[in-house]
Parts: sequence; structure tokens; C-alpha cells
Amino acid sequence: MKEFKVTPIRNGTVIDHIQVGMALKVLRIVGVKDDVNSTVSVLMHVPSKMAGWKDIVKIEDRELDPKELDRIALISPDATINIIRDYNVAEKFVVTVPERIVGIMKCSNPGCITNKNEPVEPEFVVETKKPITLRCVYCDRVTTDISENVV
Amino acid sequence: MDIVSIRDFSREQIEHVLDVAEGMLPVARGDEKSKLLDGKVLGSLFYEPSTRTRLSFDAAMARLGGRTLGFDEPKGSSVAKGETLADTIRMVDAYCDVIVLRHPQEGAARLAGHFASKPVLNAGDGAGQHPTQTMLDLFTIRKSKGKIGGNHVVIVGDLKYGRTVHSLSEALAMFGAQLTFVAPPTLQMPKEHLKHIQSMGSKPKSSSDLAEAVKDADVLYVTRIQKERFPDPAEYQKVAGAYTIDPALLKDAKSDLTIMHPLPRVNEISPEVDKTPHAKYFEQAFNGVPVRMALLAMVLGAVE
Repeated sequence: MKEFKVTPIRNGTVIDHIQVGMALKVLRIVGVKDDVNSTVSVLMHVPSKMAGWKDIVKIEDRELDPKELDRIALISPDATINIIRDYNVAEKFVVTVPERIVGIMKCSNPGCITNKNEPVEPEFVVETKKPITLRCVYCDRVTTDISENVV
Repeated sequence: MDIVSIRDFSREQIEHVLDVAEGMLPVARGDEKSKLLDGKVLGSLFYEPSTRTRLSFDAAMARLGGRTLGFDEPKGSSVAKGETLADTIRMVDAYCDVIVLRHPQEGAARLAGHFASKPVLNAGDGAGQHPTQTMLDLFTIRKSKGKIGGNHVVIVGDLKYGRTVHSLSEALAMFGAQLTFVAPPTLQMPKEHLKHIQSMGSKPKSSSDLAEAVKDADVLYVTRIQKERFPDPAEYQKVAGAYTIDPALLKDAKSDLTIMHPLPRVNEISPEVDKTPHAKYFEQAFNGVPVRMALLAMVLGAVE
């Protein structure tokens, strides 16, 4: 009998092809904390045909909202989302990096006005998608260190 | 329409601003009177000290018949009580027709533009942009040399932290001027900025030999090297001495070389240079008035 390291889930979301090492950041993005009532499985450093190694996160009884998907796209642009309903893959898609990033990342420039106590959401224009570089709409600073600044 | 960054302008738009500024010269000098902005109020918010920028905006507004209100340091205003910039802007927006903002935080002018219904002019935001300075620098070059593109412009001084030189070098690259950057090794132009200029098709040269670079220059743009950038005072003295503009340095320069400086200067240009025809820095400071008149009149719709 084949041994499963992690069993299939009935309902929920499988985030596959996460850039290796980013699984814990994905957990932070989807807000897995003490108050979660269902099972969350994390696989790190799994062999991958595409990228050599990858991470996988499985969240039972949860589907992700668009802002969560945007955040995942920023830290792992090749991640695929599998929405599972009754053990079947109901939807499958690769995350997409939006053209404009609003309110999901802070500016890496400590001198930027958006890092002060002002009532604005940080906003970025995507300059390049591979690798992802973002330019702050306010201070023009270009950020490549995305995972450190995703909120 | 806000004026936040020189990057928001095309070459044609900049040329147009300079043309309008040219037309403002007789009024800027006080030779003619104007009521173009009669009854208009400028809200002038300076969160950081400034002499030239603030006074020239005041002068520009006054020359066009308008009035200015505001503050030149946040002490004593509601800002000192912890009011957000967004709230201050919304309040001033209700009192005036156009807002000029200098602020220590980068991106402050863009933020102000989001909260104001009236036009916002950026008078410097931290290490970020200072577009009206760039416009007046371009105006000075065009006035002195008859054109902007095609000139060999040598920019010397603190190229790492100087916001003036970043905006100016971008604009000069857009106009097709040839650029040479001269700075001590620790104050060279940031790589990211160099890349941006190169992406515009410019091939800037970098050098540490000022005397050699000056020989072939049409314009020499000098900026201050700040003492506080050097942990060792002896190192500062060495560097400051190597980048001083004096008659000896200029003996092999072109006879029509234009020397500019955004001011204030400390020791970068020796006073003997002031008397030479090369010195254009006081004229440059004056040019802030017609250029800011043009921008104020344009954003207020008094001039197209």
C-alpha cells in the first residue's frame, strides 16, 4: 500500500509549487494562527519536476480571498492554487501578479511617507514580473525584497 | 494638476513651462506689473527650512498679484501637536487655491496630492524629488547656452545624497545632454539611478578628475559636499579641497563655460569665481521666480 505523507483533503485549498522556503510566509499570509479549527498541512522541501524543490500548503475547509492570492503571488509567482471540493479539484490556477499592489505590502524605504502615521495604504506599480520589482507610487523607491515587506 | 516629480513631465511639457517662464521675466524682474493671480491664495507649507525655494515661491505669487499664507517651520502649528499630513493638507486645501509643500518624508507631495482638491507643488520631499528646482536649472542652462540637449554637463559634488542632481541628471538625459559625474568614491551616483539614466539612452561618464572633466564642459553644475557625510573630518577636508572651483581650475575651461550651483554654497566655489562671466548661480537663484510664476499660473489655469 502506498504511504501518504499527507492525506488528501475533502474540502479546502492546496497551494502547490510554492517557492521553496516560502511556506511559512504563506502561512502568515493566510493567517494560520491558534484559532484555526481545521487541519493545515505544510510540506517543505518537496522534490519538484519544475523547480527542483518546492513547498506545499494544504488548508482544510478554507478558500482564499483575492488579497491573499495577490500576496502569495508576490512571494511565490509560480504557485498554483487547487480548490478542493468533496475530494475533487474543483478549480486549479496559477496565481497572477496584479498590475498594481495596494495595501498588501509596505514600502522598503523607511523615509517613505507611507511608513509614517498617515491614513493611506501603500501602493506599488509592478515594474517587472520576473523577477518581481515594485515601485512605490509615493516615494518612487524600487523594491525587490518582496517577502520581507509583504504584510 | 499636481507637480510632484520631474518624471511626470515629457520633454515637450518641460519646454512649454520654460517658454511660459521666459514670458514671465519682465514681471519677475519688477519691470512690469501683473494681476494674473489677483485674489488667489497660495498655501505654503514648509516642514523643513528653506530660503530660496520658499522666498521665490512667495515672490512669484506676489509678482502675479496673489497672496501667500502658511508656515516655515512646523513648530507652533497643529503639526507639532501630532496632526497627520493628510489632515493638515485637507485643512489648508479649504483655505487656499494652490499648495506648495516641503516635507522631510519621501512621497509626501504625492500623498498631499491625493488628499487635496487644489493643485499641489512639490518643493522637495526628503531625499526624493524637487521638480521646480530641476525646471529652474533647465531654464538657466537653456538661457545661458541657448539649448539644453547637446551640451556637455559636468555634475560635481555629493551625487549620492543630493536630490537636486538626481532629478536634474534624469531631465538632462531626457534632453540628450552629455553627462559626466565627478564625485569622491563614497559619494558617487547610486547604481540604481545610473541604470535609470542609461535606460533613457544616455551614456554618462564617471570620473574623479575634476580638472580633466572641466576642460571639455559646457556647463559645470556644482553641489555641496556635506561635512556630516564623513566620519573622519580629515577625510572631509581632503575631499572638499579636491573639488573646489577656483580660477586655477578654470584656466583650461571653455571661455563660455556656465557654472551653476543650487546654493547655499560653503567652500565649493571660491568667491573670485563670482566676478567671472562663468558664474550663473545667482542668476539661477533668480530664475526660481519666473519658473515658479509659470508653474503657479499654469496649475491655476491662468495660462495654458
